[in-house]
Amino acid sequence: MAKTHVTMKVNGAEVEGLVEPRTLLVHFIRENLQMTGTHIGCETTHCGACTVDIDGMSVKSCTMFAVQANGSEITTIEGMANADGSLSALQEGFRMMHGLQCGFCTPGMIMRAHRLLKENPSPSEEEIRMGISGNICRCTGYQNIVKAIQYAAAKLNGIEFKEAAE
Amino acid sequence: MNDMTPTRDQRAAALEGMGCKRKRVEDIRFTQGKGNYVDDVKLPGMLHGDFVRSPHPHARVKKIDDSEALKVPGVLAVITAETLKTVNLAWMPTLAGDVQMVLADGKVLFQNQEVAFVVATDRYAADDGINKVVVEYEPLPPLVDPFKSMDPDAPVLREDLAGKTAGAHGPRKHHNHIFEWTVGDRELTDAAFKKADVTIKEMISYHRTHPSPLETCQCVCSFDKIKGELTIWGTFQAPHVIRTVVSLIAKLPEQKIHVIAPDIGGGFGNKVGAYPGYICAAVASIVTGKPVKWVEDRIENLTATSFARDYHMTTEIAATRDGKVTGLRVHVLADHGAFDACADPSKWPAGFFNIVTGSYDFPTAHLAVDGVYTNKAPGGVAYRCSFRVTEAAYCIERAMDILAQKLGMDPAELRLKNFIKPEQFPYHSALGWEYDSGDYHTAMRKMMETTNYAALRKEQAEKRAAFKRGETREIMGLGVSFFTEIVGAGPSKNCDILGIAMFDSCEIRLHPTGTGIARMGTKSQGQGHETTWAQIIATEIGIPADNIQVEEGNTDTAPYGLGTYGSRSTPVAGAAIAMAARKIKAKAQMIAAYKLEVHEDDLEWDIDGFRVKGLPERFLSMKDICWAAYNSVPPGMEPGLEAVSYYDPPNMTYPFGAYLCVMDIDVDTGVYKVRRFYALDDCGTRINPMIIEGQVHGGLTEAFAIAMGQEIRYDEAGNVVTGSFMDFFMPTAVETPHWETDFTVTPSPHHPIGAKGVGESPNVGGVPAFSNAVNDAFSFLGSTHIQMPHDYWRNWKAAKELGAVA
Repeated sequence: MAKTHVTMKVNGAEVEGLVEPRTLLVHFIRENLQMTGTHIGCETTHCGACTVDIDGMSVKSCTMFAVQANGSEITTIEGMANADGSLSALQEGFRMMHGLQCGFCTPGMIMRAHRLLKENPSPSEEEIRMGISGNICRCTGYQNIVKAIQYAAAKLNGIEFKEAAE
Repeated sequence: MNDMTPTRDQRAAALEGMGCKRKRVEDIRFTQGKGNYVDDVKLPGMLHGDFVRSPHPHARVKKIDDSEALKVPGVLAVITAETLKTVNLAWMPTLAGDVQMVLADGKVLFQNQEVAFVVATDRYAADDGINKVVVEYEPLPPLVDPFKSMDPDAPVLREDLAGKTAGAHGPRKHHNHIFEWTVGDRELTDAAFKKADVTIKEMISYHRTHPSPLETCQCVCSFDKIKGELTIWGTFQAPHVIRTVVSLIAKLPEQKIHVIAPDIGGGFGNKVGAYPGYICAAVASIVTGKPVKWVEDRIENLTATSFARDYHMTTEIAATRDGKVTGLRVHVLADHGAFDACADPSKWPAGFFNIVTGSYDFPTAHLAVDGVYTNKAPGGVAYRCSFRVTEAAYCIERAMDILAQKLGMDPAELRLKNFIKPEQFPYHSALGWEYDSGDYHTAMRKMMETTNYAALRKEQAEKRAAFKRGETREIMGLGVSFFTEIVGAGPSKNCDILGIAMFDSCEIRLHPTGTGIARMGTKSQGQGHETTWAQIIATEIGIPADNIQVEEGNTDTAPYGLGTYGSRSTPVAGAAIAMAARKIKAKAQMIAAYKLEVHEDDLEWDIDGFRVKGLPERFLSMKDICWAAYNSVPPGMEPGLEAVSYYDPPNMTYPFGAYLCVMDIDVDTGVYKVRRFYALDDCGTRINPMIIEGQVHGGLTEAFAIAMGQEIRYDEAGNVVTGSFMDFFMPTAVETPHWETDFTVTPSPHHPIGAKGVGESPNVGGVPAFSNAVNDAFSFLGSTHIQMPHDYWRNWKAAKELGAVA
């Protein structure tokens, strides 16, 4: 099948590649760019394990063709740590609040939470739950993911995180 | 000593041992997208395989034409049952003693069954190839309803079993019958029912569902023709068992097979068994000489790779007028689908379902299970469950509520009246188990006090009166559940898989600088073993958990173990870890005695080293002992400091818990709201409370999903109608309730550290709590039992059938 040349900026670096028109963005990221932090958990855009940030929006990369992302700016989980290599507030929040178990949904969950906190820096619990409802986690029951995002929001807002009482 | 000397508490805290909410070491890589899952494995020249699947639930395969497929660019091979027959792999043995087609051999027996395996240069080309394989089918009548499977005129599903009057578990009564398994005293039980003041009888179904971990099943197989070695990276909960099975069925020497289970994206029982994808990828690699990857998609996972449950349990309880249970009789019709591929210990065709007497002192009981074939996917895996314990707990907990309703007793009071008493442990159940320990009354009373159960019942009574007066359209249910689990399979006297005793193992090797590596036969799929296993070692031998590297999943380096499922890791491997550590400690004591120039008996253990009794300043730390082990051991002693332990548990462990679900249901829409969910778990000694709480949250969420909607459903024609996340209920953060957790601690008397296992408890206890809440809500309108799952539509339907909705 004829291939198309695409270029995009991924985690701050210019990348390019030859793809079939039908190549899914998630496969381009995982296979061509060899960034395997973005995962695939379904093929119906329900689970959100493949969530990346494209031009300031959360996008499920399993339901977008690589050619559709031509010229765009993408952030994946590999671009989420602080510049010095330390864990970012969200990554630290997930660890401190035990917001992950098997780790398979985690990259997509963190990417969605990252955009959520840009859209709403101080979300309520209800807003967080609604905000991550496009991402399925099979392990945690979400309660600690909510806490992880609250932890990160507090840290980014420069306030002390107080765990909600049980 | 000066002020800088750490206190004993500080020294203990620095170890981050048992009881510490240690943060997980796994999270450093997982939060950065640096996990290494199977689909992340890429090898030079790697090919991709994918399946042609049957659209029919039951059909004869007349012809498979791959000629057009082989013309598709990138397609290299199409493997069929005929190809597999050349290497004697068209069929494979199942863990349950049956055989299963790897690829359709003359017939298909369930929708989406594997028919051919297309091998191509990439996953897109493989898919193109699939679309060009032409299969000619002759449809046959499908058998969907298990209750019709043993009708005299039921279609014959398994032609390969023609004339076989006995299976792996005894005589077969019918051509679609697999086994009958009976336990208990039939005569004594019948007599109890004859004498009973009160009896109840109900057919309680636990519907077919699926574990669906977020990562599907997948593998990469690479056969090296020169060395004759096969390396398999796969989503395996039990890597060593896979190696042995591959060796036995592929006739490859076991030392030439290398099985690697890298990071696994959730298992929940789905990744215990061997599936056609693994066999086909291995054969494809042998045929092509290249590595072959197989990654199933979600639809394939839900429709073909292992279901769970599908138990239809006719349950009877005999009791006295004042509510003392006197007998239990259960008959189960078990729908196994097209092949009996249950993942149970080999001698247990219905797993540990005979834990069905639950937490109650039944003087007598009788259980019979009939397994049958239908035109559905094979499986019967333990979805966050220890071998049919979830079904058993649901059965007895629902039945106790039905009995309470008939007697007009409060369900909690009925349970308290019938609990096995603390002084009765070790307790021998009527169906053959020896419960190791328990304090059920304390747990139940703590639940009732914490939730203010009495006040909730009062509120419910008021709401019911208001409903009857027409003042509200909302009904309120209290779902009480008190479960006893049986986990930690298991003792070699009664547990094996294909003849291999279900022990588990640990090897610890300490380095000269006071650090070390530990390897186990288990395999974490999210349970956090790299974190918790090091905590056990830290407490046992005084080396900080941070200094212990934990490694699992590589069969070349790890000691042989039976893997992680059935909440067996902590009860079995956890014990092996403690025992290996104690062997090291014993040698360390000899080294310390030599270095401190005293007799071993003059030493006492003190957190992170040995001290001379009565001379507190004469102390040698484990760190120093590690160094000494490599340069100045006592004369005659071998250098080094390492140990291995294979632990054969003397008994199972029996975690338990008391749960309460408070639910409100709108009768006009069927919409429910979980107002409160309280879960008290007793898993014995608690290794990492943070991780235990996380396990409970996750298990409750899976219980919520199953009870309230998660179902693999077939229509009358045998089509799967819940084959994707579009239709298969996956709760999001919005639907998922808030969880309240609590605990009591009753250590296991026979486990070296007293731990019992917890991963599955919340699923075992959670499902009955939700279902009892729904049933309790509707009971005052005249219902006795409403089948799961309790989605909005079914709730509305129940309300309508009970006359609550016009």
